[in-house]
Amino acid sequence: MHPAPSVIVFTVLSGLGFGFLALLALGGLPVSGWGAFFCWGLGYGLAVVGLLASTFHLGHPERAWRAFSQWRSSWLSREGVSSVLALLVLAPMALSDWLGWGIERWLGGLGAVLCLATILCTSMIYAQLRTVPRWNHWLVPVTFLCFAATGAAILAVRLPWAYGLCALLALLLLAGWRVGDGAFAKAGQTIGTATGLDRLGEPSVFEPAHTAGNYLLREMIHVVGRRHSRKLRIIAVLFACLLPALLLALLPVHLAALLATAAHLIGAFAARWLFFAEAEHVVGLYYGKR
Amino acid sequence: MTLLPQATGKKLGLVIDLDTCVGCQACVTACKGWNDRDGGQVGGLSDQDAYGARPSGTFLNRVHSYQVQVAQAAPQVVTFPRSCLHCEDAPCVTVCPTGASYKRAEDGIVLVNEDACIGCGLCAWACPYGAREMDADQGVMKKCTLCVDRIYNDSLPEEDREPACVRTCPTGARHFGDFADPDSAVSRLSAERGGYALMPDLKTRPVNRYLPPRKKGPSADAPLAPLLDVKATGFAGWLDRLLGKI
Repeated sequence: MHPAPSVIVFTVLSGLGFGFLALLALGGLPVSGWGAFFCWGLGYGLAVVGLLASTFHLGHPERAWRAFSQWRSSWLSREGVSSVLALLVLAPMALSDWLGWGIERWLGGLGAVLCLATILCTSMIYAQLRTVPRWNHWLVPVTFLCFAATGAAILAVRLPWAYGLCALLALLLLAGWRVGDGAFAKAGQTIGTATGLDRLGEPSVFEPAHTAGNYLLREMIHVVGRRHSRKLRIIAVLFACLLPALLLALLPVHLAALLATAAHLIGAFAARWLFFAEAEHVVGLYYGKR
Repeated sequence: MTLLPQATGKKLGLVIDLDTCVGCQACVTACKGWNDRDGGQVGGLSDQDAYGARPSGTFLNRVHSYQVQVAQAAPQVVTFPRSCLHCEDAPCVTVCPTGASYKRAEDGIVLVNEDACIGCGLCAWACPYGAREMDADQGVMKKCTLCVDRIYNDSLPEEDREPACVRTCPTGARHFGDFADPDSAVSRLSAERGGYALMPDLKTRPVNRYLPPRKKGPSADAPLAPLLDVKATGFAGWLDRLLGKI
């Protein structure tokens, strides 16, 4: 699949943002006064910048409001609804932490659930697709949720939680690649089933259907991004998991928060780039490509 | 509404006969012609760099060609038109966040309301068959409408009230009809010839059916072989025999 920068920025930043908001909402990082203002502002900023970035790949961003309507069937619509609900529900909690209103924490709990629901919906947009076998697996939502939790724990320097989550995320990434590499073959779709010509013999492409590119080839069959997958996988695990844990262990708190989060984001971007670039759509079978 | 209808009154769709299709691309041209009457302006199918080095454009129907290696016989070329199959469990419909993508309860046609489409592309990701293409100029998703503006169009002569691809096919490889009626021409044709669905394991329940190429009769592996066994006569024959003995 084509790794659109806007979608990568969106999933990484809003994942971290909603994870951090959930942590603040649950009182995982006791803050008050201007410290609360800064922390909640950072969480809102990350979430909102991510959501805005997601509209950049739309053909008609001005119609994005329509995406709130189909929550009964569409994970993308559910994501829109739950993200806005989370941001609205958490607003009093944020103001309360900042201005000392003393609103009870149960509201934060509700907001945290909505934050996690948003991340789950984001991941299900991909995990629901039978057409992309690499994504069609429960490890995808689990990994997205773990990314959010890990990012939040690193940003808030919650030790030893951050160490454990870094280790868990590394394991999930490795498991995801291991399962993902065999997913297309396991799904069992071939050029034979795509054309139904397997009932006749062994089909192969004789001549392309069109001489130049088209939307399908540009969007679903993205070979360029896969070339450096091995190196990118190492970068992803190193930066998203190992380096942040090391920095958190060695540096003073504020510097650690800054540098470990920066490292984690680099790793998250690499992992998310691969998530798209390595995903193969079954429509490629018609073109004899993956 | 992107929830699928419980059941559709009719199940309109196509039978595509891979035995008769010659890959002439007439259906591709007729489809583009009917659906792009305004030259890609408002509701048409735009092209980019149409006369340049890297032409690209929106098409609702593409014709592929495959070589099929048949067991113990010469390989066979099969031309293969690919377009929307108007699935009963259309995943392109349920993923749509805006309700722009929908399946009609009355006849099962899957359509896009282009005024409500935000151009997110998720429906094209959800389709295994590559039936949907985003229009690069208009930023909305395009797909086969089964020529919904022809089949019910009273201002057209009756023989033209079928999809443009079916109307134009010079070999009669494309058939249009109602699969909900077991006695319709398409239902009977599909039953007689072993019509099949594409990638049925993906649980999309396509309506369209493809008819497999008929089994070819036995053919000699190399029909020209006897012609190669030339017996030289005269001087050449003498030379041939002489050289053969040395």
